[in-house]
Amino acid sequence: MAIAVNAPKDGFRLSQLINDTRYRSYTIQFVVLLMVVAFLLWLVDNTIANLAAKDKDINFGFLWARAGYDIDQQLIPYTNDSTHFRALLIGLLNTLAVAVLACIAATVLGVTVGILRLSKNWLVARLMTVYVEVFRNVPLLLWIVLTFTFFSEVPKEPKDFKVTADMVATWDGPVEDRLYPVAHKIFFDTVALTNRGTNMPAPLLYRPLGGVEVGGIPINFSTIAVIFVFGASIWVNRRIRADAKAVQEATGVRPVTWWKSIALIVVPTLALLLALGLHWEIPAFAADENGVSKGFNFQGGINVAHSFTALLIALTIYSATYIAEGVRAGILAISRGQTEAAYALGMRPGRTTSLIVLPQALRVIIPPLISQYLNITKNTTLGMAISYLDLKGTLGGITLNQTGRELECMLLMMLIYLMLSLAISAVMNAYNTAMKLKER
Amino acid sequence: MSDISFVRAEMLPPSEPPISERGAVKWLHENLFSGWLNSILTVLAVVSVYYLIKGGSPWVINGVWTGDSLSDCREALAGESGACWAILVERWNQFLFGFYPNTEYWRPTLTFALLFVALAPVLYYGLNRANAIMVGIVGGVLVLSLIALGTDVWHILLSVLVFAALTAVAWLAPKKLVYMSLAFPALGFFILWGGSVWGPIGAMAGLGIFAVVWRLTQRVLGDVVAGGVGLIVAVVWWLWLQTVVTTALHGLIPIGLEAVDSDQFGGFLLSFVIGVTAISASLPIGIVLALGRRSDMPLVKMLCVGFIEFVRGVPLITMLFTASLLLQYFLPPQTNFDLVLRVIILVTLFSAAYIAEVVRGGLAALPRGQYEAADALGLDYWQAQRLITMPQALKISIPGIVSSFIGLFKDTTLVALVGLADPLQGIRKIVLADIDWKGIFWEPFIFVGLIFFVVCFSMSRYSMYLERKLKTDHH
Repeated sequence: MAIAVNAPKDGFRLSQLINDTRYRSYTIQFVVLLMVVAFLLWLVDNTIANLAAKDKDINFGFLWARAGYDIDQQLIPYTNDSTHFRALLIGLLNTLAVAVLACIAATVLGVTVGILRLSKNWLVARLMTVYVEVFRNVPLLLWIVLTFTFFSEVPKEPKDFKVTADMVATWDGPVEDRLYPVAHKIFFDTVALTNRGTNMPAPLLYRPLGGVEVGGIPINFSTIAVIFVFGASIWVNRRIRADAKAVQEATGVRPVTWWKSIALIVVPTLALLLALGLHWEIPAFAADENGVSKGFNFQGGINVAHSFTALLIALTIYSATYIAEGVRAGILAISRGQTEAAYALGMRPGRTTSLIVLPQALRVIIPPLISQYLNITKNTTLGMAISYLDLKGTLGGITLNQTGRELECMLLMMLIYLMLSLAISAVMNAYNTAMKLKER
Repeated sequence: MSDISFVRAEMLPPSEPPISERGAVKWLHENLFSGWLNSILTVLAVVSVYYLIKGGSPWVINGVWTGDSLSDCREALAGESGACWAILVERWNQFLFGFYPNTEYWRPTLTFALLFVALAPVLYYGLNRANAIMVGIVGGVLVLSLIALGTDVWHILLSVLVFAALTAVAWLAPKKLVYMSLAFPALGFFILWGGSVWGPIGAMAGLGIFAVVWRLTQRVLGDVVAGGVGLIVAVVWWLWLQTVVTTALHGLIPIGLEAVDSDQFGGFLLSFVIGVTAISASLPIGIVLALGRRSDMPLVKMLCVGFIEFVRGVPLITMLFTASLLLQYFLPPQTNFDLVLRVIILVTLFSAAYIAEVVRGGLAALPRGQYEAADALGLDYWQAQRLITMPQALKISIPGIVSSFIGLFKDTTLVALVGLADPLQGIRKIVLADIDWKGIFWEPFIFVGLIFFVVCFSMSRYSMYLERKLKTDHH
């Protein structure tokens, strides 16, 4: 027969530190703390010893020294006379550029594929399944290198776009004897895809508003004006739609707003661009008076390196498969009753998807989407395999090799990636909280 | 009204549904042409598939399978478009084994087969039929591959004997196969790297010493303290005694295989070594981290959260470069061990953080009642974890664990960036640097991609099957 006895209160014995669950956690934590501190001290001690043996110190001063290497894709001005810190910034901007574009493109592609995979169209659903399975079961690195190889091997060389004197000579003769270059620009003769890069038209202004440089970062007033006007139009448009909704809720009749919306979004920005004198500089070979091309490559326009294009395309098609799976799971998580209820109310299938299913599915889709965005950002480092100079390429690549400061470069780089990841997850988690079902 | 002249006494046979409502026409209408949007999509899909096949199939079918160089292929093709599969016929061994010595190919193959034997008890614990069938099939495939690899008779005979014995064990005492799983790390290491047999035995003996000391002192000192004492004795063995004893034993009985250097590992052999080691080592670490993250002890929780979030916040490449550049700073001066091992350690830590999050998801998905029931039964923390929580949580986490493994296996290609010879970048570049094959682009991609696809796809299908099989609820 058991008799319940209260735990003895008399005094504290040392054995309680191990045997008594009330105190044991303190013992364990103390031991863990000791072990962790000892481990860290061991690491620091080793590091000091190793640095001393190599006659090195920890010094971030190298960031202000001359970098001395060129970077072909630069979103803010940079020359090889700039500092290593500036190279770091260029690398970070390149990382962000490819990450942001890949996130947007992968979301668009992924959502489309995810919806199409659930399509009633048998053929399309099967094709999308094949696409998803093929692309997500093969390493991303393969897609990156494959795309890069494709771009640098399949397009023609710049010289194949050239018009030679022989060709011009035949142009006076009969039509069937006329000779033309073997390669042509695509998209209505505006974009030249060569094996050295993509030459795209560049937007130029006849009457730019000028700009200033703040802390080495150029600020272009024309761009800011365009963004401001466009943002203002969007804001006014939202006000108009809110008013329309108010009228609809008061009277039951929604005023027609679509033509106002289109006019608001298009007209002011277009007017501003026309006033600034927007025109496009189309890449072309320099030519003499007869039309014979000179030089070795296209002049003018923007030259996009294939490393950027390939990384962007590969990241997009690879990550889109994961996003598609997330979207599909999200849509499948919405019970069929929701769709049936919408049909019962007389909604058309398109509006059912956009008004009933997707808003609810979004809550399921967003958390995996966040981790995909994080993955895309981290996977931009794979651009290293095709010499894309992102943060890993500049700070963790050339700068590290030139200065030999492995410890500083690696720690700084890890810190930046960590902050980037934390920032993305903070922003996306805030969005997730905003989208969450408000439960009371 | 009553002069009805004819009343049908029996039911008419139902008439056929209209042509648009039956058979292929109905199927086509419902599945491919149910509306103008669907019809457009169907037509677009058919057209794009047609062009894909029309453009790609001649290249694949015309492919040349024999030849010593790209120029041989071009000659055989005589101007037509076609693949040069001869490069794969010539160099497949490098894609699979890297620079592992030609005569020793039976070793990685045998290890790969033994991996499945080690997995068998995990998949079908205690089922003699399933275990024996699996081990038997693996053995058969192994012997066929060894013959295809041109192995000498003695090693084929050895493999046949080993697998006959293992199949017998699987049939007669399937639970005993667990010992095979426990011995596999040391056995695999010995077969792959070779050298003296006493090194791996000595390392495993440390674990044996730990178990013996724990058993002997457990009664007197209690679980935790006995574990600590056992660990100390084992560490003393590993650090100071092991080398002396194994050297002496090797002097007495020199048994061993030809030593193979880590530099010679490459191709899919390297991918599998890194992937399998990292995932099996990261599973226990990940479970401990997940438990730590859910712990009530603030310090433990903080450390685990810090580690997990740090590792998940940085790209794998930075971890690999830490292995190749930074580890030399963090370890005692003059410590020098090879890059493959360093990479495995860092990849293990990396994958442990992801596994921890997956397991944490499984633990969080368990209803609170399970924890409370374990407490009510009077189980202590470890008993509750071992008997109640973990089996259920791990079951829930299977899809997540498998997809982390697939991700990790694909990520093993990144080791090329720190100079190891992975199949995709490392070996491909080495093969294409050969003047004979310069100018080939697509064939190696297709070969490597196909192998990755087969491995990853079958793993994901298997995890789906397992998920369905283990599902015990009735939704």
